[in-house]
Amino acid sequence: MTPTEHGTDPTAAERRDRFLARRSVIEMRARERAQALLDPGSFRELLGPFDRLESPWLPLQGIVPQSDDGVVIARGELAGKPAVIMAIEGAFQGGSLGEVSGSKIAGALALARRDGEAGKPVLPVLLLETGGVRLQEANLGEAVVAEIHAEIIALRRHVPVIGVITGMVGCFGGMSIAASLCSYLVVLPQARFELNGPEVIEQEAGIDELDANDRRLIWSLIGGEQRYETGFADALIEDDAESLRRTIGDLAAQGVPARHRTEAVDDYRRLLAQIDPTGPLDGPGFRQIWPRGEMR
Amino acid sequence: MSAAAPLSSRGRTWFDALADGAQRVETGLGSLLVADATLTGERVRLLAVVPDPRNRFPRARHGELGLEEGWALARHIRDAIAADRADAKRPIIAVVDVKSQAYGRLEALLGISFSLAAAVDAYAAARMAGHPVVALIVGSAISGGLLAHGGQAHRLLALDAPGVTVHAMGKDSAARVTRRSVEALEALGKTVIPMSYDIRQFARLGLLHELIAGIDADAPSAGQIAKVKARLAAAIADIRVDPGDLTSRLNNAEAKVHRAASIEVRRRLAEQWDAS
Repeated sequence: MTPTEHGTDPTAAERRDRFLARRSVIEMRARERAQALLDPGSFRELLGPFDRLESPWLPLQGIVPQSDDGVVIARGELAGKPAVIMAIEGAFQGGSLGEVSGSKIAGALALARRDGEAGKPVLPVLLLETGGVRLQEANLGEAVVAEIHAEIIALRRHVPVIGVITGMVGCFGGMSIAASLCSYLVVLPQARFELNGPEVIEQEAGIDELDANDRRLIWSLIGGEQRYETGFADALIEDDAESLRRTIGDLAAQGVPARHRTEAVDDYRRLLAQIDPTGPLDGPGFRQIWPRGEMR
Repeated sequence: MSAAAPLSSRGRTWFDALADGAQRVETGLGSLLVADATLTGERVRLLAVVPDPRNRFPRARHGELGLEEGWALARHIRDAIAADRADAKRPIIAVVDVKSQAYGRLEALLGISFSLAAAVDAYAAARMAGHPVVALIVGSAISGGLLAHGGQAHRLLALDAPGVTVHAMGKDSAARVTRRSVEALEALGKTVIPMSYDIRQFARLGLLHELIAGIDADAPSAGQIAKVKARLAAAIADIRVDPGDLTSRLNNAEAKVHRAASIEVRRRLAEQWDAS
């Protein structure tokens, strides 16, 4: 328990007050999230709903498009410094990325890189509520996700790229690779983060491999707390906009890390060499052999 | 045939054809083939992920990109970058016949997204360090398999042959996730270009540098192998003239038609980037 100013455990009333003072990020839509993170009055949306850049492919399949295609790009300041928030709207098509929504993110990253190369750093923050590639735009979704990967890798030489997974959608598919490429990753306990969605693992490998309905098992494998405890994320925070804002600012202040996780090739291969794929290994067991920090 | 015999695969067939007897680089994995071969007088590094029925990780025995394959790809690409730091940058060629990423519980627990990301990162690092990077698609290039092994190439080439297919997800899973039948999915692929599993439709999106026709993908003749080598050499020469990043995928006649929205988004975003 966190000590209070009285030096004792908080009373029920104090806990309630603190809970009520929180502003839940999970309950916010993508646009509200971007507004909550940027300094008051600095939010400026790019390619907003009135630009009407919609998916050209969804109407061909009888699906109603959305006028921002489910991605909000916002410039502004975060703790007084220029930033760009790229927020995926989990409520539209499962946060999936198609040609337009993916190009908005790839294009914003490319412009941030241009500014970084010119000595005008812009802090990039990705809010990743996404099932990955939008299967209704399959190969184009895949193509833009590859472009996002390329831009994150090029941009993070200049400024730290910060990824955030809040839940409840989580971060899956090709965008989980994007999250893995970020300089710093922030997760909430309600986040799930993995390449393959549980349903897809069950479909491809069978229910004996993974029962997609076994919620407790899924959280123990890919939940935010597990990812943080095994060093796959840099910060685990409660569901509160101010905590998220402060955490992003703190991570940005650390600058570009000396080594990104995906460059820790030999360390990770040493870990894999220790693993017996035929033996039982569960979430708690993995925490013991791979405590956080090993990847850096 | 013993159960331990290596599975034949197009990836192996084309790796062997292009390596042409060059000594293999030891990878410690039956599923990852690496060699420094000679292509029109120049040393090139070839990499292929192939089926290995003895793979330690059961979910990666059929040519999937698994936990070990991603990190090992990264190692062998980064070794070439380090070795060529002060020398001519050898071209890197990904021979692509990858069913998908590996799907499994252990893969989830051990963070397979980082394994694929490590391969993505290494290919991009090679590209940015000045190595021409080419991917040659000879079979399947599904989902994370292509993202991690070919997705970061300067130029994508593919054989115009039956069984050469690119897609974001295998048909059964794609049907489940989108709540459609496999038949409905196949029908949509005929009218909605990016939904297609057909490599010729994929080419219409402007994502391929070249679709190489007239090749038997399973049993190529000596003449056909020579033709593919010549097209790879031409792609490498093209990269040296105009490397760019991945923008060649957007700057072409096909993309102007079928990726007009991508181009429009980037154009208008640039207009709005700085406050007026």
